[in-house]
Amino acid sequence: MSISRKSLLLHLGLIALLFALGFLLPTYHQGNLARIMVLATYAVGYNVLFGYTGLLSLGHAMFFAAGMYGLGLAMHLGGLSPIPAFIVGLLCAALLSAVVAFLALRTIGVAFMIVTLMFAQTAFLTILYFGTYTRGDEGFVIAQATRQIMGFDLTSPTNRYMAALIVFGTALLITARMMQASFGQVLIGVRENEERTTMLGYDVFRHKFAAVIISGVISGAAGATYALLFGYVGATFATVQYSIFPLLWVLLGGAGTTIGPLVGAIFMFYLIDYSSGLTNAYMLIAGVVLVLLTLFARAGIVGEIRKRWVAWLP
Amino acid sequence: MDFGPHLLLAILEGAVGAAVLALTALGLSLVFGVMRVVNVAHGEFFMVGAVVAWFVADAVAGHPAFGFTAALIIAPLVAGLIAVLVDKLVLKQVEYDPEATIVGTIGVLYILQQTALMTYGPEPRPVEAPFSTRIALPWFEWGENGFAMFYPWGLSITSYKLFVIFAAAAVLVVFWLVMSRTRYGLIMRATQLDRETALAFGIPVSRVYSIVFGIGAGLAALAAVLIVPIQQAYYLMGAEPLLLSFIVVIIGGLGSVRGTVVAALMIGMSDGIISVFLSPTLSKIIATLLVALVLVFRPQGLFGTKAA
Repeated sequence: MSISRKSLLLHLGLIALLFALGFLLPTYHQGNLARIMVLATYAVGYNVLFGYTGLLSLGHAMFFAAGMYGLGLAMHLGGLSPIPAFIVGLLCAALLSAVVAFLALRTIGVAFMIVTLMFAQTAFLTILYFGTYTRGDEGFVIAQATRQIMGFDLTSPTNRYMAALIVFGTALLITARMMQASFGQVLIGVRENEERTTMLGYDVFRHKFAAVIISGVISGAAGATYALLFGYVGATFATVQYSIFPLLWVLLGGAGTTIGPLVGAIFMFYLIDYSSGLTNAYMLIAGVVLVLLTLFARAGIVGEIRKRWVAWLP
Repeated sequence: MDFGPHLLLAILEGAVGAAVLALTALGLSLVFGVMRVVNVAHGEFFMVGAVVAWFVADAVAGHPAFGFTAALIIAPLVAGLIAVLVDKLVLKQVEYDPEATIVGTIGVLYILQQTALMTYGPEPRPVEAPFSTRIALPWFEWGENGFAMFYPWGLSITSYKLFVIFAAAAVLVVFWLVMSRTRYGLIMRATQLDRETALAFGIPVSRVYSIVFGIGAGLAALAAVLIVPIQQAYYLMGAEPLLLSFIVVIIGGLGSVRGTVVAALMIGMSDGIISVFLSPTLSKIIATLLVALVLVFRPQGLFGTKAA
């Protein structure tokens, strides 16, 4: 069996498993997994830029927030129905990522991290500044009655779960397909050796530019989905912490692997969920995991599995 | 108050902020200059300094000056020792790889911050100033009766704030003397210029790195002890000085000490002055965006000459 056939089977199998879990899990864990799949979509988007292209951004929360506020404000103030509002969210994320890509890609390495961090901070402060519309830190709730798509009530647990699965599955299959295509191979080339990729005649800037936009739009889709499914839009999601989270999930699951983002998000979510029952200092766990990963497992869980046992893992 | 006295007051308040910021940013700049790594946990060493100062001041009985003096010595030492540990246990293990260091120090940031939350608690607490006499300042004006000197209501500064400005200036001068006139300064500058050649000349580069990282954290902690009688010690207080120090180091040119001090004065003063006249959120938006653009279009900083 060819590797691309094997990985397609793996991804479809994973989606089928998640589909089945939607009916088997008790309500509490079903709700958790719905949330995790939305966050994992965010991580999938982050992985396109960090895992495959090798660009470490510390400001992805601004794309997540762009999708979230794009959809949220369009529904809350504009009175749009969910699907047009979702498209507004995607357009906001696309526009923001194009501007950020145009400016930030002039820098590399550490400067790129700091520039993205600063842009995200600017976005966060801008949300606070326009508190009249965004309600700042407090945020706003999207009315339950408006969260319906073609008769499906997205506030019911099972519908919400399936909607999250559709968004996550789409993002997973699109990125997996993309990485097998020549476009994705060039991105990996940029990560491994930018100069050599340039020398081979590829337009590195254009590929990086596209990677930032794809990554930003997927992150924005996750933000819009989060707002739609859980009905809340707030500035917390634009803070530095929400830029660190996808980095943490991807590093933990395995940067540059297709299923790593989901694995990392599941582990981290339950680790934090469990420890916040014990102490209010639950971010301590995130800190310890980050340090341990940097020291001992730079490849992450799926990355280590691929290195040791299953070499074909996508 | 009239515009003139109001502006003078804003400048004085700005000078206090600038003095503390200069020390904090100097620590970040020293670490970046010598070790070529960005320490994202720098703001947390500032926080550790403030929190330790509170514990020390709380434990020492008698006049507040005793507690404060003890804190002035102990807090930078504690922060410095933690930093040396971080250097040995984390930074050295990843061989100072720039990206791994950033991710690792983000982890250290959360560990320090959350440990403070667990031990010190979530509420902000003040440290009593060793002395705090209110000094009214005179204002001169050409009035109807010719030249007159009077004391406008509200135009005053405390003796402690003046002390902060002078103490920070003294530390900066000592730092400059150490760097430019002593053997230790020479060793640090040699390591900064060329790590390999320094190693070949028998300089223990790995120990220099530990010490530099410790001094960087110690400077942040010292700045925090100075500010803690004016602001309060709080476990989330590290974010603001981190961001401002980043701004200063970037504007001043990554790794340039002289640029850092000039930029700290500029940013600290204008932060104090602007926030008196503009909405603080708007002024922060403008400042952050400008700094990002400086980094995009002039990565060597406004004063730096060599590429970052």
